[in-house]
Amino acid sequence: MNVPLWTIPALPLAGFLLNGAVALRAGARRAARASEAWRAAHPDAAHDDDHGGGDAHAAHDGHASHGSADDHGSGHGHGGAALPRGQRLFHGVVGVASCGLAAVAAFANLVPYVKASLASPEGIAPVVQHAYLWMAAGGLSVDIAFRLDPLSAMMLAFVTLVGTLIHLYSVGYMQEEEGYGRFFAYLNLFMFAMLTLVLANSLPMLFIGWEGVGLCSYLLIGYYYDKDFAVAAGKKAFVTNRVGDFGMILGIFGIISLFGTADFSFLDKARHAMVNGGSPVTVYAVCLLLFLGACGKSAQFPLYVWLPDAMAGPTPVSALIHAATMVTAGVYLVARCSAVYVLAPDAMTLVAWIGAGTAVLAATIGLAQNDIKKVLAYSTVSQLGYMFLACGVGAFGVGMFHVFTHAFFKACLFLGSGSVIMAMHHEQDMRAMGGLAPKIRQTFLTMMIATLAISGIPPLAGFFSKDQILGAAFATGHTVLYVVGLGTAGLTAFYMFRLARMTFYGPFQGTKEAEGHVHESPATMTVPLWVLATGALFAGFLGVPAALGGRNTFVRFLEPSLARVPEHEVPHSTEYLLMGLSVAVALVGIGLAWRWYGQATATSAVPSAAADAFYRKTGALGPIVANKWNVDEGIEALVLSPFRKLGTFLWRGFDALFIDGIVNASAFLVELTGDLVRFFTTGNVRNYALAFSLGVLAFALFVLVR
Amino acid sequence: MPTTPFSPLGADLLSTLVFLPAVGALVLLFVPDGARKTIQGIGLLFSGATFAVSVLALLRFNPDLVGSEAFRSLMVDRPWIPRFGIRYLLAVDGLSLSLVLLTTLLTLSVLLVACGQKIDRFKGYVAAFLVLETGMLGSLVALDMILFYVFWEVMLIPMYFIIGIWGGKRRIYATMKFVLFTLAGSLLMFVAILFAANVNAQATGIQTFSLLDWVPAALGGAWGLTPRSEALLFWAFALAFLVKVPLWPLHTWLPDAHVEAPTGGSVILAGVLLKLGTYGLLRFALPLFPNATARYTPFIAVLALIGIVYGAWVAAAQKDMKKLVAYSSVSHLALVVLGIFAVNATAVSGAVVQMVGHGLTTGLLFMLVGVLYDRRHTREMADYGGVASQVPVTTTLFLIATLGSIGLPGLNGFVGEFLILGGVFKVSVLWCAVAATGMVLSAIYLLTLVQKVFWGPSTVAANRGLTDMNGWELAGALPLIAFVVILGVYPAPLLNLVKNSVESIVQVARVRMLP
Repeated sequence: MNVPLWTIPALPLAGFLLNGAVALRAGARRAARASEAWRAAHPDAAHDDDHGGGDAHAAHDGHASHGSADDHGSGHGHGGAALPRGQRLFHGVVGVASCGLAAVAAFANLVPYVKASLASPEGIAPVVQHAYLWMAAGGLSVDIAFRLDPLSAMMLAFVTLVGTLIHLYSVGYMQEEEGYGRFFAYLNLFMFAMLTLVLANSLPMLFIGWEGVGLCSYLLIGYYYDKDFAVAAGKKAFVTNRVGDFGMILGIFGIISLFGTADFSFLDKARHAMVNGGSPVTVYAVCLLLFLGACGKSAQFPLYVWLPDAMAGPTPVSALIHAATMVTAGVYLVARCSAVYVLAPDAMTLVAWIGAGTAVLAATIGLAQNDIKKVLAYSTVSQLGYMFLACGVGAFGVGMFHVFTHAFFKACLFLGSGSVIMAMHHEQDMRAMGGLAPKIRQTFLTMMIATLAISGIPPLAGFFSKDQILGAAFATGHTVLYVVGLGTAGLTAFYMFRLARMTFYGPFQGTKEAEGHVHESPATMTVPLWVLATGALFAGFLGVPAALGGRNTFVRFLEPSLARVPEHEVPHSTEYLLMGLSVAVALVGIGLAWRWYGQATATSAVPSAAADAFYRKTGALGPIVANKWNVDEGIEALVLSPFRKLGTFLWRGFDALFIDGIVNASAFLVELTGDLVRFFTTGNVRNYALAFSLGVLAFALFVLVR
Repeated sequence: MPTTPFSPLGADLLSTLVFLPAVGALVLLFVPDGARKTIQGIGLLFSGATFAVSVLALLRFNPDLVGSEAFRSLMVDRPWIPRFGIRYLLAVDGLSLSLVLLTTLLTLSVLLVACGQKIDRFKGYVAAFLVLETGMLGSLVALDMILFYVFWEVMLIPMYFIIGIWGGKRRIYATMKFVLFTLAGSLLMFVAILFAANVNAQATGIQTFSLLDWVPAALGGAWGLTPRSEALLFWAFALAFLVKVPLWPLHTWLPDAHVEAPTGGSVILAGVLLKLGTYGLLRFALPLFPNATARYTPFIAVLALIGIVYGAWVAAAQKDMKKLVAYSSVSHLALVVLGIFAVNATAVSGAVVQMVGHGLTTGLLFMLVGVLYDRRHTREMADYGGVASQVPVTTTLFLIATLGSIGLPGLNGFVGEFLILGGVFKVSVLWCAVAATGMVLSAIYLLTLVQKVFWGPSTVAANRGLTDMNGWELAGALPLIAFVVILGVYPAPLLNLVKNSVESIVQVARVRMLP
């Protein structure tokens, strides 16, 4: 079967158009009915064309947002209810089918490619399919062309797989939502953009997908568009990403000026170091600019601040976009451009430090969060840091391996948390949970598998990928980075088991009524959970390192796409030691979490900050950590507030006072002159005669006095 | 003698294009004021026919002609006032044709939207836009300097009335400011035209106002201008155009004019009139005065960079929807100016694409703000909030226009921005970096606008009864939306259309810039 690559993104695009058009039509009808009803009920409050000041009626009707971080249940917020069954079926089928078919099309390409690639020792040439010329002007030309090579193949595999599962999950999770159709339209659009990003054969085309996923992220974070915190979070995500994209676009121009092209043939040139008169400084700058883009998309310091807020979106969105796929695009970009990065070792060192720093920073914040999704969000930021740490020390393949395993266990964790939230009737505060294990058994089991995986317990997926990252850091002599990474592994295990303990064990902390409502989710949700949990169990076996008798197939498969970095051989005995050390650290984290939270949840029935063991144990540091090290407040005070003030000053001060002051003053001067002249030109002969006489008099005086 | 191509209406194609709307305005004179349906019909018939003629011109146009032949395919050249060597010279190249199409499309859209809204003195309103269209099209196709100047001033009169009669509360202040700013610039240009004609006559012995004669003479060095007089002439032209753009710090007339203008006035003002400024730079200032262009490029580029950041920054501080969009135009047009003064094919192509793109997206933004204004008679963002539930179609279209405007790849704005920045990067990395901050800032102010007006809880009771766009309004907006998408996905035809014009402008302007 020969399926062209363009069909893979095109199928979800078609799904988007279909779902979007139908949803918009239905929404427009609903809106028309609602506004007609309102006008019928308020005949005197007409804002019709005949009334000048409609704003006179601007009464606040007290429909205010309650401002909690609850991502759910606002389907009831704007007077809506679940869609009729027929419409729901339509949107669900279109949504899931368009994504599922994209997965089929992807695997129709992937299977033969991967087979052939693994069969040949050197790998095989990338498949490149040109579609059309996008733009060309004065030597700058960009093609729309699709590329399948090991790196994009690997991304394609898990993006379509996880994407389809999460579409399926959403069928159940979103069923009570009025915006059901809109949700699937956005989700389909996201798949289109993500697949464009993955399959692009040039940086500008990658940028289409890059900003496209950012748009969908914006739309889906702000899915509950009548909630202030949700739309604010959406905007924050888009703007923060734009800060990164500012670097990205300059980086693209830098690549063009270095290599003469931005299609991925520049990678071959970079491998042969054919740089057009680029000094090391230029290459270094280009790498940093591209990395700025990666920091925005993949939520690295200091541009990570948008990701925790992004949890305002529905939970499937958090799983798909803000954990498994989109946020790894930055890592993909760095790995894709690895051939350029290795030309600038200093830039790589920076990448490694930013990655490790973000990993530990986010992990500490994750320790003190009580919102179940916030814990997972900071965990994602932290895990992404690991991936950049890997890239920074030259282990690009291992970094991508962690991208791959993380997609399974983190998507599983998020979907599991969604199932928990649904069971708890949209409660997200873990302090109100507890003892859920027997009530939602499927969710519990799958989440525990994923929790063990992310904590790095062998032989689950996270163990293999994380351990190789730490191993690479150690082997390349980055001892400090290794220690930071190791410590973060302990923190990871701690916050994950804190989450597990507070959610699933101990007595139930909520009301009796809430306890009665706890229920397991439908099969459309549990089946994806089990598939992902299976991935979290077994995905690691694709990349078993040589020390454990494996062949590291995963990393070997990726090699043709990535830059070769000289390997530092470490004796197997050292590797065993490192592995043992990280497992030990993880076990310490688990034990500590179990001890602290075993007591805490047992003693308090009232969820409050004071009840959290974390505060009691950490003293003054606790509140600061819980408040995210005050980073958001710092940005507000140092960047946003001055920005707004200066903007108002420029407008009111410079534009209105200075420039228009000059303009109005000159107009006034003209008017004044006119008035003066008018005084003389009255048309009255006597006035002229008077002026004439005065003039003669003055002249006579002048002559006499002289 | 060049051929005058056949046109279905008897006259040549370009004359038909230019004067058809004016004929429509004349016809309207004989229609009674209250006959709204008839007025609508005539307005749409003539603006629709004009659009059709412009499409016909596109089909007849040969984009492959280069150099001095570039204008040949549809040229009309007749003596007009032979005593002074003034000719009736109409011609198009890819550059002017793309703007002609933008003009005819936007005028038709504006009249379609007007049909769906309540407008006082409807006949006058339609007539004013038809006369305005003649002025704009004439300015775009006239290549005789006097003829160009006449059309240039003709545009001013209907716009003066559009703002002054159908405008908001401070309309008189706004329209006077608009006219005086523009007039101050254009009178200087008129003096410069006369002076240049004199120089040309002395140098070549031929009394002519034809740009097609002037450019080779100026370029070949026959004019023999001293640097001082070339600089004076350059600034006389450039000021007229830079006021129109408007480039910082000449921009303060624009927010006032936009805020007070009725919806259609804002759409045309932002969509077409501002572009005539950048068009004028490309068509006249650069090719005629390459030395001065080279000399003052850094100065103008710095003003453009200030304009990009300043316009965006001030836009972010606005509370009035139209003022915000107006300041966004200041920022976006400054980027176009920067692209023009980068004087390379990439950046100038980007500038032209951005001119068309900005006409579409900003035209749409003003049109959709107008839809809300029509219902609620307020432009304050605080009077809205959460109206997405009431007007989902308006919201969707506004979002698309916003995304086009902030340069989301896949929509039209990105193509222009990318090419401009890419071209500027070759000239100066620093300029490019400063200009690229516009990407971040535009996301801030436009998404804030979307957030404050469309998202969030619905707090103002009066908005509960808002009605979504009606059929007329949709008919006006949807074609623009279609082009926003098409030109983003497949901009190659537009780039192809303008390629030769851009290259000849760049070549001409570069002759003196190269050492």
